[in-house]
Amino acid sequence: MQINRKEFLKKAGIAGASLIAGGVLYSLFKGDDIITAVVESSAQTKWAMLIDVKKCAGKPDCSACMTACHKGHNVPAIDDIRREIKWIWKADFGNVFPEHTSEYMDVAVRSQKVIVACNQCDNPPCVRVCPVGATWKRADGIVMMDHHRCIGCRYCMAACPYGSRSFNWKDPRKILSGNDIRVEYPVRTKGVVEKCNFCAERIDVGEMPLCVEACSEGAILFGNVADPESDIRRALAGKYVLRRKAELGTNPEIYYLV
Amino acid sequence: MFSGGKLSSEQILKYIIWYEDSMLEKILTGKRQYWLLLGCLLVLMAPGLFFYTRQILDGLVITGLSRDVSWGLYISQFTFLVGVAASAVVVVIPYYLHDVKQFGRIVILGEFLAVSAVVMCLLFIFADMGQPFRIFNVLLYPSPHSLMFWDTVALLGYLVLNIIIAWTALSAEYKGIPVPQWTKPLIYLSIPWAISIHTVTAFLYAGLPGRPLWLASILGARFIASAFASGPSLLIILCLIVRKFTAFDPGIAALKSLAKIVVYALVINLFFIALEFFTAYYSGIPSHHHALDYLFFGLDGKSSLVWFMRISIVLGVAGLGGLLLQMKMNNTMLLLISLVAVFLSVWLDKGLGLVVGGFVPTPFETVTEYIPTLPESAIAVSIFAIGFMLLTALYKMVISIRISNGN
Repeated sequence: MQINRKEFLKKAGIAGASLIAGGVLYSLFKGDDIITAVVESSAQTKWAMLIDVKKCAGKPDCSACMTACHKGHNVPAIDDIRREIKWIWKADFGNVFPEHTSEYMDVAVRSQKVIVACNQCDNPPCVRVCPVGATWKRADGIVMMDHHRCIGCRYCMAACPYGSRSFNWKDPRKILSGNDIRVEYPVRTKGVVEKCNFCAERIDVGEMPLCVEACSEGAILFGNVADPESDIRRALAGKYVLRRKAELGTNPEIYYLV
Repeated sequence: MFSGGKLSSEQILKYIIWYEDSMLEKILTGKRQYWLLLGCLLVLMAPGLFFYTRQILDGLVITGLSRDVSWGLYISQFTFLVGVAASAVVVVIPYYLHDVKQFGRIVILGEFLAVSAVVMCLLFIFADMGQPFRIFNVLLYPSPHSLMFWDTVALLGYLVLNIIIAWTALSAEYKGIPVPQWTKPLIYLSIPWAISIHTVTAFLYAGLPGRPLWLASILGARFIASAFASGPSLLIILCLIVRKFTAFDPGIAALKSLAKIVVYALVINLFFIALEFFTAYYSGIPSHHHALDYLFFGLDGKSSLVWFMRISIVLGVAGLGGLLLQMKMNNTMLLLISLVAVFLSVWLDKGLGLVVGGFVPTPFETVTEYIPTLPESAIAVSIFAIGFMLLTALYKMVISIRISNGN
C-alpha cells in the first residue's frame, strides 16, 4: 500500500518521539555524574574559607580581593545595581547576619562591611534545582558552573538563599574592554548565570584563590577542612564562628570569625 | 456510516482521512467575524514578536528583571496558566466519573482550553530563558532531582493526553460513531495528571529554602484551589461568548453547574489565604510575614504591588458575593461579571503577586522592586494572542462540526 501524507506524518512522529524518549531513558540510567558527585562528597578534600571580619573591617576602603577576583575571572563592572554581576563583594554586617543584630547595636558595628561570595554549600539548593546539570558539586565540595550548558532559566538564583548568583542580562563582552580580558579564563555569553567558583582552576594547579592571595591583611584563610591537621581546621576548632543562615541546612563552607 | 461491511480496509482508511482532513478544514473557512477576530489577535501579536527579536539580540536586559527579582511577568504567567490548564479536570471528572450528561457539550471545550493554556505555558517558559536555543538540554541532560524536569514531563504529557482525548472524541462525534474505548484509560489517566501538573508547579516554589513566602506546605493545595476557581471561570466566560456569537449553545444549565464548582473552589482559596495570614502574623516570625507585609501593606517604603493585591482580595470577595447572588436571581449578566471578577482576582494574586513577592525581601533583607517594561509586557501580550488564536481555531472547529451535525 502506498504511504500517504497522513500515514507518513504519523510514522515520522512515532519514530521521532521514540528517539527522544529513548535518549531520555538512556541518559537517565547511564549514571548521572551530578548524582555521583553529590554522593562522593565525603572525600579526602573539602575546601573551605574562614573570613576574619575584624581584620577585614580594619581596612574599610580596601577592595583588593574583589578587584583581583573580578579581573581574574573577566567579571564585567556594571554600574546598574539591578543588573550587576559580582562574585565577591562587601555588604553590611546587619544585612549579612540579620539574626545576629540587635536594635541596640551601634550603627557603626551594624554597618561594618563583611565579605560575601558563593558559600560553596555542602548541600547546595542550586545544584538540586538545576534542570540540566549546568551547576554541580565536585568531589572536593566546590560548586561549579558550566556556562556552555546553562539554559538561563535562573531557577538556581531563586533557589540560592544567599543571593550569590548573578545573571548576564546583556552580553558581557560588550562591557569588558578588549585589553583587560584575561584569556586564561573564559568570557561568558549573555543569558547565563555565574558565580564564585573558589578559583577551582587555580586550586587544581596548587595555587591559592585570587582573593586569598590578594588580601594583604591575611583576613581570608583557605584550606582543606577534611584534613584535621590543616590550619583552617585548627582555627575552626577553638573559635566561635558564624555561617550565613546555617539553619537552612545548606551547610555553607564559608565561616566568619567575628 | 461503516455498517454493511461492504467497504474494503483501504476505503475505510480513505474515509477516515477525509474526515480528519475536513475537520482541520473547518478552521480555514469561516464568516467575516471569525477572520476579524483572528486578525485582531494577529495585530496584538505583532509588537511582541518585534520585541522578542530584540530580546534574542540584546538579552533579557529589555525586561524589568534584576539580580534580586530574577523571575517576573513571564514565569508568573506560566504559573497562572498551568492552573487554567489543570482546571479542565473540573469538567472531565463530573462528565466521565459521575456521568453528569449536561457537561457533554462543554467537555471538549474544556480540553481544548487546556491545550491552548499549556501551549502558552511552554511559550512563556521559552520567553523567559536566557539561552532559549539550548532548550533541548533539558532532554539531553535530564535531571530528576530538579522539579523543572518533572514539570516539563508533566506539561508535555498533559498536552499530548488532551490533544489525543479531545481530537478522538470530536472526530467520533463528527463521524456519528461512539467514542473509541481505548480513550477511556487515557481519560482516567488525565485526571490525576491534571492535578499533578499544578502540584509539580507548586513544588517548583515550595521546596526552595530561602524564600519564606513560597516555603509553605499549603502552596500546592492553594494552587489547585485557585486554579479550580480561575480556570472554570474562564471556560464559562468563553462558553457565554460562544453562546452569544455562534449558533452553538453549550447549555446554560451546565454553565451554572460549573459556576457552583467555582464558588466552592473560590471559598477554599480565600480560606487558604486567610490561613497564610494567620500563621504569618500570629507567630510573628519576621521572615514569615515580610513578604505579606510587602504585598499588602508595603515594606521599607516600597509598595508598588499593594493596591493590586488589595484589589485582588476585594474582587475575590465581590465575585463570590455575585456568584451566590446570581444563583437566586438567575441573571446571566451578573454571572458573567462575577466570573470576570474571580478570574482577575486570581490573576492578580498568582499572575503577579506570588512570584514577585517571593523575591521580597532579598537574601540581604532589602527590598528591590520589579516593574515590567513595555517590551516585556508586549511579549507577554503576544503569547496570550498566540494562545487565543489557537483556542479560537480549535473552538471554531468544534462549533462548525456541531452545527453541521445539527447541534
